[in-house]
Amino acid sequence: MTAEEHAETEDREVAGRRLASSRVLDIDSLLDDPKTRIVVCCGSGGVGKTTTAAALGLRAAERGRKVVVLTIDPARRLAQSMGIDSLDNVPRRVKGTDGTGELHAMMLDMKRTFDEVVEAHADPERAAAILANPFYQSLSAGFAGTQEYMAMEKLGQLRAKEEWDLIVVDTPPSRSALDFLDAPKRLGSFLDGRLIRLLTAPAKLGGRAGMAFLNVGMSMMTGTLGKLLGGQLLKDVQTFVSAMDTTFGGFRTRADATYKLLQAPGTAFLVVAAPERDALREAAYFVERLAAEDMPLVGLVLNRVHGTGAGGLSAERALDAAENLADPGIVDQGGGKAGLRNSPDTCGSSSSPAAEDATGADASDTGSPADQEDQEDQERSVDRLAAGLLRLHAERMHLLAREQRTRDRFTARHPEVAVVDVPALPGDVHDLTGLRDIGDRLAAGAATGRTEPS
Amino acid sequence: MSRLQVVSGKGGTGKTTVAAALALALATEGKRTLLVEVEGRQGIAQLFETEALPYEERKIAVAPGGGEVFALAIDAELALLDYLQMFYKLGGAGRALKKLGAIDFATTIAPGIRDVLLTGKACEAVRRKDRAGRFVYDYVIMDAPPTGRVTRFLNVNDEVAGLAKIGPIHNQAQAVMRVLKSPETAVHLVTLLEEMPVQETADGIAELRAARLPVGRVIVNMVRPEVLDAADLELVRTVERSSVARSLSAAGLGGARRGGHAEKLVDPLLAQAAEYAERYALEQEQRAVLGELGLPLHELPLLAEGMDLAGLYELAADLRKQGVS
Repeated sequence: MTAEEHAETEDREVAGRRLASSRVLDIDSLLDDPKTRIVVCCGSGGVGKTTTAAALGLRAAERGRKVVVLTIDPARRLAQSMGIDSLDNVPRRVKGTDGTGELHAMMLDMKRTFDEVVEAHADPERAAAILANPFYQSLSAGFAGTQEYMAMEKLGQLRAKEEWDLIVVDTPPSRSALDFLDAPKRLGSFLDGRLIRLLTAPAKLGGRAGMAFLNVGMSMMTGTLGKLLGGQLLKDVQTFVSAMDTTFGGFRTRADATYKLLQAPGTAFLVVAAPERDALREAAYFVERLAAEDMPLVGLVLNRVHGTGAGGLSAERALDAAENLADPGIVDQGGGKAGLRNSPDTCGSSSSPAAEDATGADASDTGSPADQEDQEDQERSVDRLAAGLLRLHAERMHLLAREQRTRDRFTARHPEVAVVDVPALPGDVHDLTGLRDIGDRLAAGAATGRTEPS
Repeated sequence: MSRLQVVSGKGGTGKTTVAAALALALATEGKRTLLVEVEGRQGIAQLFETEALPYEERKIAVAPGGGEVFALAIDAELALLDYLQMFYKLGGAGRALKKLGAIDFATTIAPGIRDVLLTGKACEAVRRKDRAGRFVYDYVIMDAPPTGRVTRFLNVNDEVAGLAKIGPIHNQAQAVMRVLKSPETAVHLVTLLEEMPVQETADGIAELRAARLPVGRVIVNMVRPEVLDAADLELVRTVERSSVARSLSAAGLGGARRGGHAEKLVDPLLAQAAEYAERYALEQEQRAVLGELGLPLHELPLLAEGMDLAGLYELAADLRKQGVS
């Protein structure tokens, strides 16, 4: 076996190992299954979550389903490509999709969603009082946790409408990747908590016998809060809380319902990552957390995976060869490189570089000395280019090795998680054609189990 | 130079790495810096390969020339209890408040209080002096929330000062704002040479300026080395496959004829070059966009071996060479 053949065999073995060690996520079966009603894309920032959600939505629509994609904060040009660059909190039909299905898309308007919840749960007068409260206005405009809570709230609303076969949700780029799971619970427990009762009805509590001790504590608390927040803010909070009082039950019920919806069969969580250390570490954390919460994880989408068509040529050999070109003298002497140059060739052509060069020279016309000089110049620049190509290849092989190591670490920790690779694109995606391409890549990952061409 | 250096950037651009490298770079020549984390992700501990950081300032690295880098992971809840104790001697009440859910309320749900506490703690470190009246830290470097949220995060005190019109929170919020909107502060944005992060950087700068927050530098992270130059890329488009095959063969990679090993390498290598060319053009475009922002621009290389502690010192040295410290 020649070194080269050996390398190629090794390459195939790597591929085989990769297939054996991680399950492959079949995107099309997931999207086609009528029982799949919600797909939640989660992952750390900057891994292509929104793009993945949009590409999944488009693919499902073009495979005949009626889909809505709920995005949180899409890049402007991606939003424009789907016709949702204006915020109005209503799904819009995306034009230009193929086939019988439909794609709708919307961008979350946090404040509007919060307002809708208030309006749905309070009588008009009370709703107006809440909406005008300064404390409410700050809360709804997006402080800690609101975005996550409202994303889940919107998901619940969309699902309740039964208008779509499939809802694809992108999750907010949270400070902690899991805020969207925690926020509804946290808001729910706050709304259920003693503090709310303290703020809403201190007088009522004080009136009860046996609560006297608590009452002392309570008034100290309100005093402390008043000191801290300032009297006006505390009053705003109290007004807000008492105005919201009747709607709290609704909030709590909805938060619970949404949480259950996420756990239900028909929901599929996809963790999105890139083959980089931090992103995969976050992904592993996600996988563990979803399992702890009984959330149905279907797999990992690994974006921006690199490939090569020349996997048989190692980085080291490529760099050696590039050096030979940079300093042609070495080729002529090169005892150490003899093994390489003498490796038998499949087509039986001469493997001697000198002979190759001679053939090349013979093939072209040998004209005037000036032409000859031109040609030598040209050969030199081609040699320089070839050296560059080889260095580029070496860099690619190093990258592949690094990605593979990172990925292996994840797989070792979570062999149960199905993975689909999405090959890297040189540029950004900002139209339906680009999204379609990503969709093809998502689906092709399952067909081949690996992404390298050849 | 500003003593509070805030580092933000789109998710995935490596802002924690850049913040840490900056803290190291600023700590040279016997200076002392504090690197603060506000998002509870323990990114600093991972970067410096130490155990998770508690809510406590501790030394995590020594910079060339005897400087020191301290780190602090600010926890909003502990910062609040700290604050209650410091200003009101309310340690016990803090525990009672916690039982009631009031601390949860204050640090997770109440508008902005969490962010007030986080920025407040960082500003406190900026202003802190020792007995001799010297600043305890020469520089405080904050690993801030991502670009999309950073203006709101830094500006929260304005909003809170508006909400709480009197009282200590109001005063605290205003004191913080005085630091943040002064030349004492500089907000740096980290980006990649890709369309989305560059767009977000431009948007972020506009937002920061609209909020009258001082914008510092733009740091382009993970810049890939130039392997092929413009002339090479021109040649990639026009070159004959056979001549590339001959070059590869001459380099010792097998036969140049159809089916030969060198010949079989030509297509995949040219395909990689075409990909490179596309990315190269995109990167040039984005560099031009960044150039138009009119801010000091710095580039940090992509480290071939991935990020580790040695790499961090390399980036810090690079930043120093580029004159950021």
